[in-house]
Amino acid sequence: MDFNFNEEQTLIQGQVAQFIQRDYEWEKRQNLVSSELGYSEENWKTFAELGWLGISLSEASGGFGGTALESMIIMEEFGKGLVVEPFLETIILCSALIDSCGTDEQKSEILDQVIAGNMHLALGFTEPQSRFNLADVTTEAKLKDGNYIVNGFKSVVMNGPNANKIIISTRTTGKQTDKDGITLLLIDVNQDGVSLRNYPTVDGRRASELTLENVTVPSSYLLGSEDQGFQLLEDAIDNATLGICAEAVGAMEVLYKTTVEYTKTREQFGQPIGKFQVLQHRMVDMFMEYEQSKSLLYMATIKNVEGSQDAKKSISGLKYQVGKAAKFIGQQSVQLHGGMGVTDELNVGHFFKRLTTIISIFGNTDYHLKRYSQL
Amino acid sequence: MDLTFSKEDLDFQAEVRDFLTSEYPLAIKEKQDKRLPLEKEDIISWQKILASKGWFAINWPKEYGGAGLTPTQIYILQTELAGANTPILIPFGVNMCGPVIYTFGTEEQKKKYLPGILNSDTWWCQGYSEPGSGSDLASLQTKAELKGDNYLVNGTKTWTTLAQHADWVFCLVRTETTDIKQEGISFLLIDMKSKGIEVKPIITIDGAHEVNMIYFDDVEVPANNLIGEEGEGWNIAKFLLMHERTGIAGIAALKRELKRLKEISSDLIVGEASLLDDANFRNKIEAAEIELTATEFTELRTLSQISSGGAPGPESSILKIKGTELQQSISELFIEMLGYYAHPFLTEAELGSNASIGPDYAGSAMPHYLNFRKVSIYGGSNEIQRNVISKAILGL
Repeated sequence: MDFNFNEEQTLIQGQVAQFIQRDYEWEKRQNLVSSELGYSEENWKTFAELGWLGISLSEASGGFGGTALESMIIMEEFGKGLVVEPFLETIILCSALIDSCGTDEQKSEILDQVIAGNMHLALGFTEPQSRFNLADVTTEAKLKDGNYIVNGFKSVVMNGPNANKIIISTRTTGKQTDKDGITLLLIDVNQDGVSLRNYPTVDGRRASELTLENVTVPSSYLLGSEDQGFQLLEDAIDNATLGICAEAVGAMEVLYKTTVEYTKTREQFGQPIGKFQVLQHRMVDMFMEYEQSKSLLYMATIKNVEGSQDAKKSISGLKYQVGKAAKFIGQQSVQLHGGMGVTDELNVGHFFKRLTTIISIFGNTDYHLKRYSQL
Repeated sequence: MDLTFSKEDLDFQAEVRDFLTSEYPLAIKEKQDKRLPLEKEDIISWQKILASKGWFAINWPKEYGGAGLTPTQIYILQTELAGANTPILIPFGVNMCGPVIYTFGTEEQKKKYLPGILNSDTWWCQGYSEPGSGSDLASLQTKAELKGDNYLVNGTKTWTTLAQHADWVFCLVRTETTDIKQEGISFLLIDMKSKGIEVKPIITIDGAHEVNMIYFDDVEVPANNLIGEEGEGWNIAKFLLMHERTGIAGIAALKRELKRLKEISSDLIVGEASLLDDANFRNKIEAAEIELTATEFTELRTLSQISSGGAPGPESSILKIKGTELQQSISELFIEMLGYYAHPFLTEAELGSNASIGPDYAGSAMPHYLNFRKVSIYGGSNEIQRNVISKAILGL
């Protein structure tokens, strides 16, 4: 048993923490959120130069051969700064997927560019009716003369506005919710028949509604095997669930600590409000929810790196706990900050909003509790 | 004990329904049903329509222009108004300042201020909280010094709802520094057009401009704008808080929202069944429904106490806590129902042009959820309300 990071991992953690502290002040972050792009390309290039973009990708794909542990370390630190650069989408969600199943051509065409910081990716895995069920796919792909002809619609595609290429789940055979018959395809956003409606999301990030009308996808853009895309998709979402939970743990740490500090300085009735026992116990509960989340994060990440039999189950357990904790810590941080907590000016409300979206991204507590019992 | 409506009550219910069918303007109804923000003019015109029927100042005594309704009729009226999704009335004049003026004001003050409240020509806002005085309201520092015929007011008020529209503000000010902080507080009416007043918006996490800071810099206020005596402000504030808390539960609006939640979730097909058929989701809705029913009957019991001569007491704190907790949990269930479609975040302008992302009911859910974090903070935070119950009811 060892819960310590090795030397290299400690180094990365320090590097990311330093970046957040030095180059990601709150005001800068807010300016990025309201900019047209929604994040900083300059920061992204820095990530590339520091080797973060390829850290968890295999050496065969041009990465550094790290694991989900390195991604976890980066995401936890990113959570503390509420980083809006699309690391989760481009790197953890999509690049890892291509790394796991892509052809050599696909890897060299895409991953080389991603690692260099020149390309962004998104994953279109939800449809208006699908809720959290990854197998609920109506977007249709039909093979014709060596190409797939794709028609359908993908909803709330995170990082869609910024992506050069989007991986989509399509149905090639079977019924709407069959796990068999799902095929993953890569599309180029500039292709004929691809249209995006871009918008901001409540957490200061960007997403798109993606309409596909007779989009021609060459079979060289098939990811993995035809009809066998479900497992790949589930693995990618599981991997990204670890990542987003790490982000949540980082964000929750900032929130509970900020709240504790605030109650030490905010005085009412002639004393700091942190002296009131009802608030003390509330903050103790916030702290414990954070610690419990962090424990399951480490446990689930290690199990997945080791390929344990119950690795997937551990992810659902983690997401359930994180959903519960994110809600409690987010809501109570706002409550204990009083009116200040609901202002746009203070960072607390923004952490709360990101935690609110994290609760449902990749499945909410009900979904993961059910999945936990089925796995 | 009797839960049924009398023949007279049923007639009254029919009368309210007829009134709503013929008098509720379609333009406002459309905005309300789409959950779009209302303009100041929409709110005023609806309040005037209610006033013309005599149903605006429902809690006022008849002699001052009140509706003279029985508690049961008030209950029916509020249920029907909320059920039809009519706009929420702006409470600062009619439910707050009005009762203070007819209870504590001079004849002259009643004549001067009450008509403007009754016909909605005067928009009031509330100057209570200060940056350093939230839950501990009595620690407020805004100073009013008597200089000849005028008070000279200096200080800052915050979280002032819709001050950007207001013609007048009623303020708690410090007229004297006393050992017991409650004793030096007075209740002062201030014209928002006075020289030296500056209003600055506070943008909240839902992106809305609802609350403001008001800065007072050597503002001259005629001494006869004082309500009651100097130093009587805290007693008036306590009286007003009781008024504010009755009806704060917003039961009728909660019933409407819960019904809407059920309707939408029963139409939302997830896999083979509707979301409402999902046991976990359904349990949460039903638990909210039971809690709502309990709160409704707690309110009815409180109302029947008032109508048989009692005053609204600390029991109103129960309604504040339970009502706001329900507002928050129901708005949270909307978010949960929507899944990913709760995340798109459009500006008011984009919402107004029908550019909804996903289903048309989706766009307002997240702003609503975020905005409702305030309800357990304002009007005496829910922690303060629990202190009230523990002290005043349980004697702890």
